[in-house]
Amino acid sequence: MARKFKIRTREADGIVQVLVLIGHPMETGMRVDKTTKKKVPAHFIQKMTVEHNGKQVAEADLGIAISADPLMGFGLVSAKAGDKVKVSWSDNKGEQDSKEVVIGA
Amino acid sequence: MINTNRRSFLKGTAATGVITLAAASGLLRPTKVMAASWPKNAFAEKSVEGAMKALYGSSNASPSKDLHITANLQAENGAMVPVQIQTPMKADAISIYVKENTNPLVTNLKLTGGAGFYRANIKMAKTSEVQFVVQSGGKLYTAKQKIKVTAGGCGG
Repeated sequence: MARKFKIRTREADGIVQVLVLIGHPMETGMRVDKTTKKKVPAHFIQKMTVEHNGKQVAEADLGIAISADPLMGFGLVSAKAGDKVKVSWSDNKGEQDSKEVVIGA
Repeated sequence: MINTNRRSFLKGTAATGVITLAAASGLLRPTKVMAASWPKNAFAEKSVEGAMKALYGSSNASPSKDLHITANLQAENGAMVPVQIQTPMKADAISIYVKENTNPLVTNLKLTGGAGFYRANIKMAKTSEVQFVVQSGGKLYTAKQKIKVTAGGCGG
């Protein structure tokens, strides 16, 4: 699936921040389609995991109250240029993707 | 949560169509393992305390000055409110709640070596207190900030 999936890393306040942008509708399941008058089924990202050099450092559970096209930020301790960061996500419909970037590349 | 402006409505409809196609053509396989550990009960809770209990087994959080919140005091659009929290504590988990949402729990981050930092764009139904909870060394710490949502026209 060709969803927009961008990862950016930057150093700030002594940690390396990993900013992740995913193009995703994040449907709450409460919204009503104006033409069909039916509820739009929920479709949202439930899980995101961050791996730092192959070790999982953070796992996020996301609810429906995360905005559409979410921008999420995570922090890494003692990260340096050349380290690998892998971010994976999956949603309630079983869609998933993962991407790996190198810090400072 | 209930409010959706026209732009996100249109965007949502277009994107959902693409997924339906993909699912029908069998491109996607469900990830049962990952979905199974999603704390459904905590997300369904109607109060901040209830959600905290479901996640951490306790809602007894003490206010802390070591939780640094970065967020605007006023948001023009409740469908996308950027918030950020940073703490020097050795955090095991960070969660975000919007008190006035039907289901207050927005997200919970479990840390296994990551830094005490989390940022997210959240949805807010209306002006509300946004509460952050950090679990560190078996204890819960909390900080709050009220964010005004002005979408709706009257400027709050």
